[in-house]
Amino acid sequence: MSTGTPGKTAGKNSNRVVAAVCLAFFTGMIGMAYAAVPLYKMFCQATGYGGTTQRAEKQYAGRVLDREITVRFDANIAGVPWEFQPVQRSMTMKIGETVQAHYKATNKFDQPVTGRATFNVQPELAGPYFNKVECFCFTDTSLKPGETLDMPVLFYVDPDIVNVPELKDVKTITLSYTMFPVEKNKPVASSEPTKGNGKTVSDTENLGG
Amino acid sequence: MADAAAHDGHDHKPYHGWVRWVYSTNHKDIGTLYLIFAIMAGIIGGALSVAIRMELQEPGIQIFSGLAQMVYGLNGDAAIDGGKSMYNAFATAHALIMIFFMVMPALIGGFANWMVPIMIGAPDMAFPRMNNISFWLLPPAFILLLTSMFMPSAPGAYGVGGGWTLYPPLSTSGQPGPAMDLAILSIHIAGASSILGAINFITTIFNMRAPGMTLHKMPLFAWSVLVTAFLLLLSLPVLAGGITMLLTDRNFGTTFFAPDGGGDPLLFQHLFWFFGHPEVYILILPGFGIISHIVSTFSRKPVFGYLGMAYAMVAIGAVGFIVWAHHMYTTGLSLDTQRYFVFATMVIAVPTGVKIFSWIATMWGGSISFKPPMLWALGFIFLFTIGGVTGVQLANAGLDRSLHDTYFVIAHFHYVLSLGAVFAIFAGWYYWFPKMTGYMYSPVIANTHFWVMFVGVNLIFFPQHFLGLAGMPRRTIDYPDAFAGWNMVSSYGSYIAAVGVAIFLYGVFEAFQKKRIAGANPWGEGATTLEWQLPSPPPFHQWEQLPKIK
Repeated sequence: MSTGTPGKTAGKNSNRVVAAVCLAFFTGMIGMAYAAVPLYKMFCQATGYGGTTQRAEKQYAGRVLDREITVRFDANIAGVPWEFQPVQRSMTMKIGETVQAHYKATNKFDQPVTGRATFNVQPELAGPYFNKVECFCFTDTSLKPGETLDMPVLFYVDPDIVNVPELKDVKTITLSYTMFPVEKNKPVASSEPTKGNGKTVSDTENLGG
Repeated sequence: MADAAAHDGHDHKPYHGWVRWVYSTNHKDIGTLYLIFAIMAGIIGGALSVAIRMELQEPGIQIFSGLAQMVYGLNGDAAIDGGKSMYNAFATAHALIMIFFMVMPALIGGFANWMVPIMIGAPDMAFPRMNNISFWLLPPAFILLLTSMFMPSAPGAYGVGGGWTLYPPLSTSGQPGPAMDLAILSIHIAGASSILGAINFITTIFNMRAPGMTLHKMPLFAWSVLVTAFLLLLSLPVLAGGITMLLTDRNFGTTFFAPDGGGDPLLFQHLFWFFGHPEVYILILPGFGIISHIVSTFSRKPVFGYLGMAYAMVAIGAVGFIVWAHHMYTTGLSLDTQRYFVFATMVIAVPTGVKIFSWIATMWGGSISFKPPMLWALGFIFLFTIGGVTGVQLANAGLDRSLHDTYFVIAHFHYVLSLGAVFAIFAGWYYWFPKMTGYMYSPVIANTHFWVMFVGVNLIFFPQHFLGLAGMPRRTIDYPDAFAGWNMVSSYGSYIAAVGVAIFLYGVFEAFQKKRIAGANPWGEGATTLEWQLPSPPPFHQWEQLPKIK
């Protein structure tokens, strides 16, 4: 605010300096807007914001609570000609216990198709406490025509979940997957509008598990 | 170029005919262009809103299926569906036009261009040619937006129908047609215009003040424009970045907001509101500046708490950047995040309160004359305060949970913008019209305009509080019969306000027809800022002798 110099002494150069600083600032803010994309991704990964689940390094939670929680399973497809379903609709387990759930996918198309699943949990705030040890969503899945694959998920619910005020009464968490095609195997016969396909999906892995 | 050479030759006469306006580098001529543009855009945006109110006057669908039939040539069920999306396109266009092509051009391009250089004792803006391009970017942007209303968006629909917030996925995969691309381009160009204007104002205010005009002696309107210019510089690039991501998501296969590629649609809401919240202060801050001058002029007192007033605007601008997620309480923020945004939002009520109470304190014990500008200013203070109170209510996440996307929100932001910013524009218009044109308008017509408008807009928006509390959602063409009564009142209000606009236009015509000479200072001793020391209208180039500031 103190850079103002009264009219007479301020020449054309001084005007250009202020304008250049403003322009640099403008460019910087555009850069910040784009920097928001990876920053937001890192933020979601670190905090579990928006139902982003966690990819656990260790196999087990440190402790198991004497309290049960139900996990429901949901599967959707978006542009892959697959049948994609959970084997079990829900499981009830102790909080902290590591369990395995299964999904099943069948390729209904007459050509090989590669898919990758995105995921999140409801309620979204449970994201940071939902730890996946092993998941088919960490990698791409390729299915030959007519092939059926069993896809396991190994996970546990972090015991710290009972300390969160918003979640202390939560009895059920829903884990949801949506299977998308990977670009190179774009199914030509898909009735989906072209919007849903043709996207690059190489960043999915970075989102945790 | 010949005209550039002529300018360098210190030929101080304006060019004649269209050349004067199209090639203009004169801040007063460009300000006039901006004001004319804003009036025209305001009439179009206002007409769209009257169409919306005509539709909502009764339950059921009245006019939009017929309109869709006429404009888009749809028939039968397609006309009904097309009419529904046309309603959404009208609401979206109304918002974008009023924000980017009416309020901003009027307050920043119009009044600020006209008055800031004069008030700080500068001969013109720092970059006169940039000023020209700032203005001339706007008409093409406006034409692009209007064109988008006639282009296909979703199948069977025309025009951008996602609201001015342009949330994906409705704005990406939801509306694949070219309408959205045109609207995005329009906002890009309007944004470029505003950025150039902001740089021009910052440079002008920092470098071109007359000797003795320190920042702490600068008139409050110049202060308000300085703060506004900084807000533009900080927030508009974020919008530009966000809508560029929309554009590449739509056309070039990027996945910034598409979950199938690892993106998140919520990110757009964060980017948008990081721009959007400061934007509403961009719309209102210059109005604050105008109101300060008018209240002080017509109370014949210097404004109460000058420094407090200036720094209250700085504080509002600064805090405005850290409250954006209060538009997103229902998107699954954690309780702690909501607590923070509730608190930060309520903090804004403090500097705003400083301003309201300082205006009242300025009037206190003053010799008040209720000339038309003062009427508008008092109307502004009253109505803006009502909008501020509902704003504090909506700041509460718990209450917002039930009021989100209802007519209560519509009532709130129209009280601060339609009744706040627009009343400030009219106040400024009636305050500076004699200065800008040299003619005095008829006070009878100006007062009639005020009262018709005051009754009209209150009839429109006050009942919408009740509708919102009763749960009527926004952005729908139809509603249950239970909401019929207040909707009818609201629609009648909009017709009255439209009559008010007609009276306004007649008043302008009448002033130019009667040519009553206003004189250098029609407002008497209360008008102390530098523009009143010049003749009316001011000379083509002012302050060849720099003014002395006490």
